[in-house]
Amino acid sequence: MARYLRPTTLEEALALRAQAGETPLALLAGGTDVYPVRTHKSAWFQPFSRDVLDLGAVPELSGIQHDATGTRIGATATWSAVADAALPPAFDALKQASRQVGGVQIQNRGTIGGNLCNASPAADGVPPLLALDAQVELASLRGRRQLPLADFVLGNRRTALAPDEILVAIHVPAQPEGARSTFLKLGARAYLVISIASVAAVIATDAAGLVSGVRLAVGACSAAPQRLATLEARLIGLPAGDLAARVEPEDLAALAPIDDVRASAAYRRDAALVLVRRALTQLAGKPMEAAA
Amino acid sequence: MTIHDRSALAATAHAADAIAFRLNGADVALGDAPDSRLSEVLRASLGATGTKVGCDAGDCGACTVLIDDAQACACLVPVGQIAGCDVLTVEGLAETAIGAALQQAFQLHGAAQCGICTPGMLMAAYDLLRRNPQPGERETLDALGGVLCRCTGYLKIVEAVRDAHRFIGSGTIVTEVEGPSIGTRIARLDGAPKVAGSERYGADSAPDDALWLRAIRCPHPRARFTLGDPEAFVAARPGLVRVFTAQDVPGENSFGIYPHLKDQPVFSAGETRYRGECVLAVVGEKEAVEALSIDDMPIAWEPLPAMVGSAAALAEGAFTLHDFVPDNVLTRGRVERGDVEAGFAQAAHVAQGAFETGFVEHAYIEPEAGYAKRIGDTIEIFACTQAPYMDRDEVARVLGLPLESVRILPSACGGGFGGKLDVSLQPMLAVAAWVLDRPVRCVFSRIESMISSTKRHPSSIQAKAACDAEGRLVAYAMDGDFDTGAYASWGPTVAGRVPVHATGPYKVPHVRNLSRAIYTNGPPSGAFRGFGVPQAALAQESLFDDLATAAGLDRLEFRLINAIRAGDTTPSGQRLEASAGLAECLEALKPHWQRLLAEAAAFNASEGRTRRGVGIGCMWYGIGNTGMSNPSTMRVTLSQDGRLTFWNGAVDIGQGSTTVLTQIAADALGLPVERFDLVLGDTALTFDAGKTSASRQTFVSGRAAEAAAAALRAEILRLTNAGPMARLALEGTSVTVAENGVVARIDLAALPAKPDGTVLEGIGSFDPPTVPLDSMGQGVPYATYGFAAQIASLDVDLDLGTIRLNRIVAAHDVGRAINPMLVEGQIHGGIAQGIGLALMEEYLPGRTENLHDYLIPTAGDVPPIDIILVEDPEPLGPSGAKGIGEPALVPTAPAILGAIRHATGVTPRQVPVLPHRLWELLRAKEGRS
Repeated sequence: MARYLRPTTLEEALALRAQAGETPLALLAGGTDVYPVRTHKSAWFQPFSRDVLDLGAVPELSGIQHDATGTRIGATATWSAVADAALPPAFDALKQASRQVGGVQIQNRGTIGGNLCNASPAADGVPPLLALDAQVELASLRGRRQLPLADFVLGNRRTALAPDEILVAIHVPAQPEGARSTFLKLGARAYLVISIASVAAVIATDAAGLVSGVRLAVGACSAAPQRLATLEARLIGLPAGDLAARVEPEDLAALAPIDDVRASAAYRRDAALVLVRRALTQLAGKPMEAAA
Repeated sequence: MTIHDRSALAATAHAADAIAFRLNGADVALGDAPDSRLSEVLRASLGATGTKVGCDAGDCGACTVLIDDAQACACLVPVGQIAGCDVLTVEGLAETAIGAALQQAFQLHGAAQCGICTPGMLMAAYDLLRRNPQPGERETLDALGGVLCRCTGYLKIVEAVRDAHRFIGSGTIVTEVEGPSIGTRIARLDGAPKVAGSERYGADSAPDDALWLRAIRCPHPRARFTLGDPEAFVAARPGLVRVFTAQDVPGENSFGIYPHLKDQPVFSAGETRYRGECVLAVVGEKEAVEALSIDDMPIAWEPLPAMVGSAAALAEGAFTLHDFVPDNVLTRGRVERGDVEAGFAQAAHVAQGAFETGFVEHAYIEPEAGYAKRIGDTIEIFACTQAPYMDRDEVARVLGLPLESVRILPSACGGGFGGKLDVSLQPMLAVAAWVLDRPVRCVFSRIESMISSTKRHPSSIQAKAACDAEGRLVAYAMDGDFDTGAYASWGPTVAGRVPVHATGPYKVPHVRNLSRAIYTNGPPSGAFRGFGVPQAALAQESLFDDLATAAGLDRLEFRLINAIRAGDTTPSGQRLEASAGLAECLEALKPHWQRLLAEAAAFNASEGRTRRGVGIGCMWYGIGNTGMSNPSTMRVTLSQDGRLTFWNGAVDIGQGSTTVLTQIAADALGLPVERFDLVLGDTALTFDAGKTSASRQTFVSGRAAEAAAAALRAEILRLTNAGPMARLALEGTSVTVAENGVVARIDLAALPAKPDGTVLEGIGSFDPPTVPLDSMGQGVPYATYGFAAQIASLDVDLDLGTIRLNRIVAAHDVGRAINPMLVEGQIHGGIAQGIGLALMEEYLPGRTENLHDYLIPTAGDVPPIDIILVEDPEPLGPSGAKGIGEPALVPTAPAILGAIRHATGVTPRQVPVLPHRLWELLRAKEGRS
């Protein structure tokens, strides 16, 4: 018979996670990934475990806090909560992504932690958080650890989450003053669409309009979304208005897009380049905004 | 902490373990497993079936409810998460001022067609209106973006939502019409239950003691299989009752549209021919059937090499799919007139090309569902369908029963578009209920619906067109191969209809159009809005753009020069006597065309990587069957107790026939629409109105309804010796007939009654006059044709290959718009499906079998649409009316492709024009690697 466990403290949740042993409990937060998988499996009579660890009632996993030292986004914060949170412009990319994940129904239930743990190559939450230099906080009965997001999302449906661990929160360090951001999503229709490619960009400029910081991440073009570190390094110190023109196809060489029903690999690679340039153009055109 | 471990709970602990929440303001407590989906619990445990299930994956939004004032897909929410929450469903909407206003607005704007998405739309809209009663367009689209609608094209929904505030506190508005009903925009007569959530679709109703059936389907495109011991399998699993296989079918284990092509088995008998083919069915208690695992099934597969696509099936050495067709060519179609080679020889300009389209899924939001019940020696089937009488005939054959032993009770139909013309679950439900003598129900999942049901035929078309120096068409030749998949279904219809239509609505003296329907290991291709004509129109309209350019003519002018008109002869040798309004459509479009062209030129004058283009597409469409009898019979009665009843066997699948036919009957009788009681589509009570397909119900059943009502009127006038202009009124059991100040009266209660209480009746039939096509495709295939022309304006992003539609202008000759609001709804919905065909829809077996990989247009994908109704009356039609269902879709994709070419200079010859496909064409043109 199925077990449905809904702990109300993190300690209980971790204890249940640790006990689960050989047959782990499916972690459930918003349900927006768990149930579609069930639907697919049951259509073909494929067995699936109904044992669930529902994290939705654990207060420590929820909420969004922001201060001068940084931002903590609880793992079970919903897309809508992120979109509605009072956060500085560096988070605009994340907010834009939050409004483009599924429909409002999905945004109201789906969680940002779930998006990371589900580790789809097209996860729209990942590029903006990579571009924010986010870290993930993982807990188990053994203790807590923090990892850079890039070390957590390892590949298609693959993360560094240990079988006894739970993703507690996402930590975003304080962003450079005046940092601003954007998220560009490419899909074949207006709503309810899985990204063909996506790009998140965060930039900060100094008083002279030269780039003091830039972070770029590309989604849906490799097994896990990627930062473009080499390109970022080359753009530092350039006038913001010049950035787009300095991006070359080779800067995206590390991407490894695939052919699928949504697009060809060659298209994805080129589209990512276009989106990176557009994101930089868009941000160069934005006036400096004071940090919130 | 609460731990729900039901295995550890004593029965008495259930109350303490119950999940308590508020549903529409009332406290409820449940004993369901906490991981049960809220949608399932609402429907199955609480009987709140207003919340619909379209996909169980958050892809369609049909199950949208409000949880603590925020919209959510109930299919993704475990009830374990809603303890203590407030849940609002469509059933509770009327209790709120805004919700009631919204329901009114949906009715009066015609925002509900089939109605299956309506509850979800209403809830998503209510979520928005609670926060902002007068939302802007963008905000409205964002709020509704998570709910898919396949019927309406969303425009009337958005209008209704934005207009709802005007109806706050208005109470129920009934539109009463003085004078004739025809031509008025009355609300749908079947609309109230759709907006209330009380409409009964296939999954919404079944006997309490019904067992559940699930089909086991082949996961391979072609396979052999061996079955183990079904009896042992059932015996080992408590709750299972029986497994049904081919040998359990009492009558013929086959079905199919054509009497000589019953080629699809109810249960496969040894070798499957497509992924999704039904092999066996398991029947039992719900939990037992749901718990089945493929690992336990008594079945072993041996996958076999498969033929994918027409070319594979035609290739040298291809195996034979069905023994009776050794070359895999199911049917050939031909229309030949004049001397096509001579035509090409005399031409000044010639254009040719090869065009490809793929499988397209109907994606009605209601997956197939229903139940069967045996009553003595008869069987009743309640299920969604477009063709109750054809279902009756199929079921009778499968059970080996006389026709009169089968009764089909159509449920409300949550979208069809051709996909519910074929039987789906009816035969297996019938077999199970008959053999077990217990009611049996079945609800397809989205995935099961997509893998098993018919599709639009993929096409490979080679076409060649020619005109003279002045731009007059002289010749057209087409060879079209249509992948009809594993079973015949409507393949012969497509192969027959395409050659007739393939030259488009134009005068062409020399024509040779050839088509083939080809068996492959794809899903069965069947009927889908247009029966192959949309595919053929893509090729033909594209080539005519080539010719216009070559002849130095404006694309609209080229079409106007060549437009077929009354008095002209079609490639089938049919002289069009009347109601050929293409030229009027084009004339009406001219100012729009010129304005949009000017706008595009101005837009493109600036440098940029976005280019604007404008395209035009025309179409014609023969209404009803091709050169075959296609009758409908309707009945209108007055009963002894004063009831006026319209016995209407036409199934309203959302398009509005229930309303339109009643409007026609009302005017022909001379009593208002509101006075009619409706008996709809029950094969035991209504005459055969024919299937809801081929855009025929308004034209064919409309004429029958007109005749039936006129016959009743004539009887009333005869009894009162009144003249044709007399005015009728019905009060209680009294019919008054007034003429020139003289009032006569009939007391219905005093007349002798039939056993059913009927005292006066009118029965009317209509069968459109046609002449079968001869071997050269010559004859009178259709009694009348719909005509249309549409313009699309769009922007192309040259770097990404993405397309944004700006506007569509649609001019349609409908003969007469019986209900302009419903006509507009059909046009909007057809255009939305045309957009899908052009830009995003492609069914790939094994890959796009759900509604997140298979994309249909969302609320944000349909641009503003301007509609121009041209009414060139059809003398045979009721008040001059013709059909609109299919005509709405056909010209859209050609117009879009023409606009893409106008914007970019590249010519797409494959749909859908996905971003990467257009990007490849653009890259090739720009000479980039």
